[in-house]
Amino acid sequence: MLPNQLSADQFRSYPSEARQLATGNLELLRQLPLGFVPLLLQELIAYDWRFPAEQRELNAQFKYLSSLSGGQLRQLMAPFEQLRLTGDLERLDWAGSPGQFSERLTAHLWTTRQIEGFRTAAEGYIEKIRVAMPKDVPPVPRLGIVAIGQGVKQNRYPLFRRLRPHGVYYAHVEPRGGWQILREAVAARAAAHPVPYGHWYIDGGAGDAAPGAACVSWGALEPVRAMLLERVRKAMQAGIGSEALRTMLAQTDPGDLGLGGTALDRFRVSLFTEGSGTQIYSTTFVQWAAREALRRAQPVTLLARFAPRVREMSLGDLVTNPHAQPPPDPEGALIDADMGAYYTWLSLQRLSAADQSRFLVWFEEHGEALAIAPALKAGGVCDDRIDLHELLTRL
Amino acid sequence: MPGRGPSFSSLSPREAAQAVAHSRRDFLRAAAGLCASAPLFGLPLGRKNAAPGVRKAVVVTFGGGARDEETFTPEGQENIPHLLHELAPRSTFFSQVINRGILGHYVATASLATGVYETFNNFASVPPDNPTVFEYFRKDLKRPASDAWVVAPSNGFHRIGESGHRSYGLGMGAGVILPKRLLAAGLASGSNDSRFDHLLRDNYETPYYAPKLGGHEFELNQVAELLNLSVHDFVAHAQNLRSADELSVYIARQLMRELAPSLLWITLHDIDVAHAGTYSLYLEAIQRADRLCAEIWAMVQREPEYAGKTTLFILPDFGRDADSDAGGNGFQHHRTGDPLSRTTWMLALGAGARENLVVDRPIDSTDLVPTLGSLFGFSARFAQGKPLPELS
Repeated sequence: MLPNQLSADQFRSYPSEARQLATGNLELLRQLPLGFVPLLLQELIAYDWRFPAEQRELNAQFKYLSSLSGGQLRQLMAPFEQLRLTGDLERLDWAGSPGQFSERLTAHLWTTRQIEGFRTAAEGYIEKIRVAMPKDVPPVPRLGIVAIGQGVKQNRYPLFRRLRPHGVYYAHVEPRGGWQILREAVAARAAAHPVPYGHWYIDGGAGDAAPGAACVSWGALEPVRAMLLERVRKAMQAGIGSEALRTMLAQTDPGDLGLGGTALDRFRVSLFTEGSGTQIYSTTFVQWAAREALRRAQPVTLLARFAPRVREMSLGDLVTNPHAQPPPDPEGALIDADMGAYYTWLSLQRLSAADQSRFLVWFEEHGEALAIAPALKAGGVCDDRIDLHELLTRL
Repeated sequence: MPGRGPSFSSLSPREAAQAVAHSRRDFLRAAAGLCASAPLFGLPLGRKNAAPGVRKAVVVTFGGGARDEETFTPEGQENIPHLLHELAPRSTFFSQVINRGILGHYVATASLATGVYETFNNFASVPPDNPTVFEYFRKDLKRPASDAWVVAPSNGFHRIGESGHRSYGLGMGAGVILPKRLLAAGLASGSNDSRFDHLLRDNYETPYYAPKLGGHEFELNQVAELLNLSVHDFVAHAQNLRSADELSVYIARQLMRELAPSLLWITLHDIDVAHAGTYSLYLEAIQRADRLCAEIWAMVQREPEYAGKTTLFILPDFGRDADSDAGGNGFQHHRTGDPLSRTTWMLALGAGARENLVVDRPIDSTDLVPTLGSLFGFSARFAQGKPLPELS
């Protein structure tokens, strides 16, 4: 089937709001090329449980595309129209299962060496949309806070190397009461600016609540993680292949893992089903959760706390004691978290009003921190004794 | 990205690739303690090693997937001291090796081995479509099966020894040894013990998946006999090792001592632990691969069958995604196809390779097989790449 053959019936399996949006834009969808429209539908099909920021973006995208003349739309879609697709792809149920189409399309683009053409087309499209859409100005400058190094006694790894050129390094931060200060700061922002899904707390340990914030916790999700791994183990024993396993993970419903159907529950499940390594290592879980929360919910506040992950078993360990419980590795986790903090800052920089955003990373229970803010000199060093409350006020 | 973005973000793909090459070249200059006028920039002042007797080649893929940030840029130097200070000064260093193919480890390594960008499903248990270097080598030069071997820790690589090409294929390729599979077999021998199945799950992109095998893979008893190695000793040795790559190098050493193949291909793969998202484990794996490359070079120097007549090639199969690419997640994957994930390097040292030479012009990763053909004297007639004149 080609897009110009689309009918409202093809969206009957969509959730109600997604179906309404699709059928309301049917004429537009019919004009889009096969190399593009299933990717838009992939976003649309999950509309009902998208975060508000994602819903706003999708609405704005449809509004923008609908505002274009026929000629403008053809020009915008020309790079996608030029992709060489196959009859097999046309015959897929790309309207009903756009996610599976996307996987097949990706494989086709790599195989036929069109991936770079697609990449250029996608980047061009995103840039045009970005310029055309109204700027989403947050009610308060965004703030990202990352705590790293829990459980580390002594450290010789040089911290914040990638972030130092962008902010001020603090060498003598008072660690006492630091975590409580950060939590209170997040709670205060959540109370002052009660934006739905606007404030997030992500924890790699057992912490599972922060007033006014959406919370995602490795410890609290332990039963979910265990259930998912058990499903995977059973599927493997049944001889399921790699691609079928991926499809099974993508189709996992929160109810299958004991969760509800809210946007947050679906987000939590997606961290395990779409992430790589999130099922095994808490540091990967926190980094990926922070990235996805920033990308999708576009919050104004994000507090992420890394905790020790399990140690990787050596080949010798696996041979001599294959089912031993690996001990924690706080030093390795610190290196993971240092990189995770950098990636969190990069994700923050991809959001609107990035030049006004604030960022703080603190080596928990130790004296090192780094802060980035418009008022702080990039590449600076501060040797003053300072507590985190004072540091936050400087941002 | 406004204002504070990473430096590569504003560059075109070509500019980014050139910047990578320049940073490698500058870094090598610093590492070697040379100034700009020293013979690092293509002046053929280094000695060309003689190649007496039968020529041999060892190819090591520095896999799976290592970025410049963690290797050849100034901040990455601490991870590769052996490559930089011991091997690079003795090598011809190609600073821009472009991989234009699919960035999956099996299909990309198969492309390196055929000289053609293979297009099969990376996760499928299939042979390459085009003849491998092992088939060219054995058929043209009438070499026995014992003269070409592949050692690969990843179970997905078991079909890489010979292609499905109708003019080559079955029985004309290399023997493939998968040391981890041998180890699992050794541990469970006779007991149908499944406790060690996890050893077989080493595809970090789909970490739960252990593919079923088929094709020309050598079984435990065959290998033990070939390598003059008892199963007990093999298992005992493995208990003292950190990783699968260390096991691969151990097997390669046994191969070199017992069979001395003229063409030996070693696929390192520990680095692909990056897919788990743990930066510290990714760095550890790079440091280990760096050390193992130096060990392999020392083995080449030490073994009489190899010393003085062997060319060693070391190259990554490809890189990993740039931090600045919003479509990826930095070092974790190689999914975006951005310039940094496609641009790598190659060291060639030993017989036929000039020392202390940096080649800045871009070359293609498919040039390896025709270059091996030029060195050995076989025709890689179906390969897309071209022989590298600096090594021919």
